[in-house]
Amino acid sequence: MRYLPLTAGDRREMLAAIGVSSIDDLFADVPDAAHLSGLVDLPLHAGEMEVERTLSAMARKNVAAGDAPFFLGAGAYRHHIPATVDHLIQRGEFLTSYTPYQPEVSQGTLQAMFEFQTMVGMITGMEVANASMYDGSTACAEAVLMACRATRRGRAVLSGSLHPHYREAVATAVRFSPHVTVDALMADPGGTEDLARHIDDQTACVVVQYPDFFGRLHDFTKLAEACHAAGALLVVVVTEVVALGAVKAPGAMGADIVVGEGQSLGNALGFGGPYVGLFATRDRFVRQMPGRLVGETVDNEGKRGWVLTLSTREQHIRREKATSNICTNAGLCALAFTIHLTLLGEAGFKRLAALNHAAAVRTAERLAEIDGVRILNDSFFNEFTVLLPKPAATVVDRCAERRVLAGVPVSRLVPGDPDCTNLMLVAATETTTDQDIAALAAAIEEIL
Amino acid sequence: MDRSQGRKSRTETELDAVMTDDSAETAIGHRGLQLEETLSFEQGSPDRCGVDLPDPPKTGNRLGGLARKEAIGLPGLSEPQVVRHFTRLSQKNYGIDSGFYPLGSCTMKHNPRLNERMARLPGFADLHPLQPESTVQGALELIDTLAHWLKTLTGLPAVALSPAAGAHGELCGMMAIRAALEARGDSREVVLVPESAHGTNPATAAMCGYRVETIAADDGGRVDVAAFRERMGPDVAALMLTNPNTCGLFERDIIEIAEILHAGGGLFYCDGANFNAIVGRVRPADLGIDAMHINLHKTFSTPHGGGGPGAGPVAFSEALAPFVPLPYVVHDRDGYRLVEHADDASGTPFGRLKAFHGQMGMFTRALSYMMSHGADGLRQVAEDAVLNANYLLARLSPTVTPAFPGTCMHECLFDDRFLKGTGVSTLDFAKALIDEGFHPMTMYFPLVVHGALLMEPTETESKATLDLFVEAVESLAERARAGEVAYFQGAPRFTPRGRLDETAAARRPVLRWKEPESAEEAA
Amino acid sequence: MSALRFTKDHEWIRVDGDTGTVGISDYAQEQLGDIVFVDLPDVGKSLAKGDEAAVVESVKAASEIYAPVNGEVAEVNQALADEPAKVNTDPMGEGWFLKMKIADAAELDELMDEAAYDAYLESLR
Repeated sequence: MRYLPLTAGDRREMLAAIGVSSIDDLFADVPDAAHLSGLVDLPLHAGEMEVERTLSAMARKNVAAGDAPFFLGAGAYRHHIPATVDHLIQRGEFLTSYTPYQPEVSQGTLQAMFEFQTMVGMITGMEVANASMYDGSTACAEAVLMACRATRRGRAVLSGSLHPHYREAVATAVRFSPHVTVDALMADPGGTEDLARHIDDQTACVVVQYPDFFGRLHDFTKLAEACHAAGALLVVVVTEVVALGAVKAPGAMGADIVVGEGQSLGNALGFGGPYVGLFATRDRFVRQMPGRLVGETVDNEGKRGWVLTLSTREQHIRREKATSNICTNAGLCALAFTIHLTLLGEAGFKRLAALNHAAAVRTAERLAEIDGVRILNDSFFNEFTVLLPKPAATVVDRCAERRVLAGVPVSRLVPGDPDCTNLMLVAATETTTDQDIAALAAAIEEIL
Repeated sequence: MDRSQGRKSRTETELDAVMTDDSAETAIGHRGLQLEETLSFEQGSPDRCGVDLPDPPKTGNRLGGLARKEAIGLPGLSEPQVVRHFTRLSQKNYGIDSGFYPLGSCTMKHNPRLNERMARLPGFADLHPLQPESTVQGALELIDTLAHWLKTLTGLPAVALSPAAGAHGELCGMMAIRAALEARGDSREVVLVPESAHGTNPATAAMCGYRVETIAADDGGRVDVAAFRERMGPDVAALMLTNPNTCGLFERDIIEIAEILHAGGGLFYCDGANFNAIVGRVRPADLGIDAMHINLHKTFSTPHGGGGPGAGPVAFSEALAPFVPLPYVVHDRDGYRLVEHADDASGTPFGRLKAFHGQMGMFTRALSYMMSHGADGLRQVAEDAVLNANYLLARLSPTVTPAFPGTCMHECLFDDRFLKGTGVSTLDFAKALIDEGFHPMTMYFPLVVHGALLMEPTETESKATLDLFVEAVESLAERARAGEVAYFQGAPRFTPRGRLDETAAARRPVLRWKEPESAEEAA
Repeated sequence: MSALRFTKDHEWIRVDGDTGTVGISDYAQEQLGDIVFVDLPDVGKSLAKGDEAAVVESVKAASEIYAPVNGEVAEVNQALADEPAKVNTDPMGEGWFLKMKIADAAELDELMDEAAYDAYLESLR
């Protein structure tokens, strides 16, 4: 086996050095009843060519986003990733290193994460960000738990326009918590909910999404004021981080915690993961924050360097009193995010956002021309909600038969809600061409 | 505003001193292959961009009056600058690709590049998680195949794939346990955790609303069965045990422990962090385990990536299978299908842990690794991992004090008695190993021995590498005994930075870069 | 009358009338190493003897500080927010943590005086 350097001769020599006669002697503590004498019932080893052949065959059974006109979003977005990103993250020193607990041999990862934290703070308009969480949805759940710690209250209000998976992830995270309850409002395609009305003296936080699940943009300044007046925190969730190149930062609206999905920068769609969770807040909450943090310091010669810091919040020190049980971050995905955003820079990030918005505007304008199709949004960034005269799931399936990946039927995420049955989320990005838009419109016209 | 290579100028006397000093500083801070690199923010110019994007077409604006007007503060660099920046940063890291990384409990094994290539096939990488199922049959097949391998290797009938990491898997497993207990109207409150457990175990139990109690170890580093039997009672919901445990020892009474636990109505969670020691040789199901997470980034070699992403699928016994969280893949005549909502589930899932379906990119890598090894290769993995650890234990035992007598599994634990009276600490010793070209072992964990040094060589190290490591450790131990305290306290010397001031970092946290107020103030 | 008392967890309390000033002993700060942060309770919080009153953090450890007697938090040492190092340099003086209004002065009798604490430390070595 090519991954195993020991030869039969090595093994004999090593057993002798240990002073045992066979490898079985080293497994002597395993109870006899649990000892497998033979091989498990799985295929035997396979060479590189064979594995590649088998897995490539599986991959070919899928329709890749790049192989069809593509308009899916709902928390995962297709963007062009510069070739440089993938090249750099595959450098072995990044790819095959562990958590930077030994700072002298990890300055590369540490500095990159310090840059990541800085960038996340900049784009969200917040003071401090951690070195990332698993993904946006788990970051959202952690934000709710943190708000409860910081306010010493136990009730979270979730907007009906928060991504349904995020709502479910929050509900699961607090399901067995004796201190936290969640008040999740009904899905709100009409945009009529009044969140301020749900705030009381037990509310730890209100969680909203920006742009929201249906694509709309809201100014949360007044809601933030209402939260603060009642001693609650405002948590703003961003699932399409490219939007922050075009729209006002949540920090500028008074958000206390901003969490997000960073997949859009540097990370492939990848059928849902791994992604990278963003987590940012105000300085005064930093010790309530979950997750890993990199801080600046100096070495024994006074040279600037970086270390993991404020670790006493974390599970390996606080054990059952930790702010979270999280033990990793999404290191390599956060690195990809950082490299992509460094390549873009200030000008490129804003331009990328402008291209996304323009593509969505053109797509919306074209779809609005179709009889029976209505765009629900007054405002949007690169994704909007379309009301169809038929169930959206049917339309999407029939578009797929025509090899057009049309959008996400809201019913896939919110089943059984008659108000959502005919709704489809449509996203466009810088990768969307005029031909793609024409193909989508043609397919929908044909199906309707 | 290039401030990348500024360094204070020297007087002539200082320069004279430099000429005769081997550790001399160079003119701008670089030292041969060790290249200094400032923050990207200190190199950028707003006029540069590393990506060529077209001009946005003229369209209307639908941003609802919320257009971002203020500057963001991002740097601007050209592509070559970005490549050089991150290449230089990478060179300040140690990786498995660079050398021996015997971090106990972390399983730093070779990361095959075939797995990277497979994960990047457009048919997997360029796939949206919410595409119609008809367009993702191959992806669902891959998930189902991975589940089959994991079920076969653990002997357990169900598996949840969505947990994003080991700790997330623990949460998944403990939530299933709590859901199962509640379903039978059982409101037990206590979770038992051994002293030697990973910190995530008690943190996870607390997140599930449980009170954590520690159970003692016996003198041999294993769970004290008598103490456990004594403590087991109707208030105990579960036992969380790592096996092999974090002392690198197989819990030889594990079947008896499981029987006591089950007889008392509790459920058995196994932290599968150390599965690498037994994969292909022992099935957790045969040990009486009800739930166990598997760190794909350990046993199945998905890269650690400087701290993630990982993946932590959880295998479940029959008792817990109905509570497996959403979503999961089922297979019938019409092909593969995702069950995404409780109403469509056959059991009573305890909920959804995260958005979408799990760490697909890690699934692809792990399956590629498993298929490469096969049933025969995986068994060899466990055997070679255990052999390598025991070889290290045997070779180092005359020099470094082993924490427990006898052989070990995939990792060997030493304590700091061998340093007693030398003035050298475990930390100093580890830092000196860095200068010898090795990544240090895990230090001060597990907490059950004083000044712990935990070494896990994994199966992908050659005997020659282990021999060199032994030579380095022996030589350092000799220096410690000889009283060279200053040598150790000054280590490491050959790294881009010497020892860093962690106290200062924690007392006045600087967690992001900020633009200096103005040039004059900065100076 | 002012009296100094110690707990087995190495807190000290200096009593002045019905108020007690609480901190950690020199031995405790030495064991903890460089203190980087002290998490103090809210003024007005009532504490039962043995309750967690504060948390003191070094780089790699966090330790709970327990209330030596029943009482209510009357004041906390805000200076520690900027200079946690005072706990190291002057644990029995400027490094104090909090002042509490003592509910029952009789409880002080259960604690050790300086001589008894010194003997206790000796027994730990």
